[in-house]
Amino acid sequence: MINRTIISQVLGFFLYSLAQVLFFKDMVLFDRGFCYIYIAFLLLLPVELGVLLQMIMGFLVGATIDIFYDSMGMHASACVLIMYLRTYWLNLLTPQGGYDPGAVPVMKLNGWNWFMAYSLPLIFVHHTLLFYIEAGGLQWFGFTLSKVLLSTGFTFLVLLLTQYFFYMPRTR
Amino acid sequence: MQRLFLFIYQNRAFATFILLEVICAWMIIQNNRYQGVAFFNTSNRFAAGLVRISTNISGYFALRDVNEKLSEENAMLKKRLNQRTQSLFQLDIVEERDPEILNSLEYLSAKVINNSTRRFKNYLTVDKGTKDGIEPGMAVINGTGVVGKVKSVSKNFAVVYSLLHTDVMVSTKVDRTDDLCSVNWGGKDIRMANLMYVPRHTQLQVGDSVTTSGFNAIFPAEVLVGWIEEFSTRDDALFHDVKVKLANDFNKLAFVYVVKNRLLMEQDSLQSTGEILVR
Repeated sequence: MINRTIISQVLGFFLYSLAQVLFFKDMVLFDRGFCYIYIAFLLLLPVELGVLLQMIMGFLVGATIDIFYDSMGMHASACVLIMYLRTYWLNLLTPQGGYDPGAVPVMKLNGWNWFMAYSLPLIFVHHTLLFYIEAGGLQWFGFTLSKVLLSTGFTFLVLLLTQYFFYMPRTR
Repeated sequence: MQRLFLFIYQNRAFATFILLEVICAWMIIQNNRYQGVAFFNTSNRFAAGLVRISTNISGYFALRDVNEKLSEENAMLKKRLNQRTQSLFQLDIVEERDPEILNSLEYLSAKVINNSTRRFKNYLTVDKGTKDGIEPGMAVINGTGVVGKVKSVSKNFAVVYSLLHTDVMVSTKVDRTDDLCSVNWGGKDIRMANLMYVPRHTQLQVGDSVTTSGFNAIFPAEVLVGWIEEFSTRDDALFHDVKVKLANDFNKLAFVYVVKNRLLMEQDSLQSTGEILVR
């Protein structure tokens, strides 16, 4: 059982990273909306994973993406931050009766309302840190903010779509 | 001491968080400050190989444009060659025969396998590396104009600062008046850049072409950067505020030339000794 989870997680890592660097990298809305769907992999890690392991995974995933974006450290730092916050955020959002062992925070766990409350703030934090580091400070504040907001919407939309396509039970 | 360790252990999540963020900050600074050989970017073999496969596939759709650009460039070069030979017949020119100066510039053709244009700090990756004699700091141009500077090199690939990088400055001049100035990208519009340090007394005109000055020995002289689109002068400013329309369409870069200046060392060392003497 545990082996299966690990294998599927490793597979997920490669799929999300490849989708990010081969496909979503060149996809930009209105010159300022970026889609960083690879963080879905981090957001969908099992709930009970230790916070240290989570942060290290965040660092590794971010660094992998950084290699392809020639932006050493930027994605890594944003990912480490959201992985640190994620543990506390999940605790705050604990549904009635707590999480089952082995629970994964996908949409079918608690419905789309809960999923939105969980993922949207984390995506926003990740994008805010990423774009302001990239801008190298607060110059172009408004322009960067517009990038952050549009990209947050874009990433969240793609995340919702992947949830509907791949993680929802088939109903007939 | 034991209490300190206990404290750190109790806050190990936060301590690890700080540690990882410090490592990230160090990497970001390192990446921004130093040129040279770096492994963790698209010049490493696996990343570049993957990116190249995807570019090879999408590249087919751009072939028509690339061909058109190349044939235009050929026509232009033919025309210039013809003009040059004509003028040689008519004027008494003492030919420069020093082969070192004649062959000082070498142009290496390279294919762009990775390109970004919509971030604040944009980079290209090209498929030539140390194996072909590329070194950090070399100029990158194409048939139309300036593209950027080489940042870091691996054996087979090189990462290039695009001109669309907020930290890159290129020494330029206004062609008509020969006034020295610098071009720096503004960060927002990929078709426009800012022209800095144009003195107030210069009589600019919209449409003046801006080319590289050739003074810093990286870029050859007279490579086109763009044309002046608009300019204004504030009452209290020392310089004009000038917007330049870039000649290159950075979204469509396919092939570039990396320029190797064989006399770079000589020029640089001569200039630095000159500075010492002046002081």
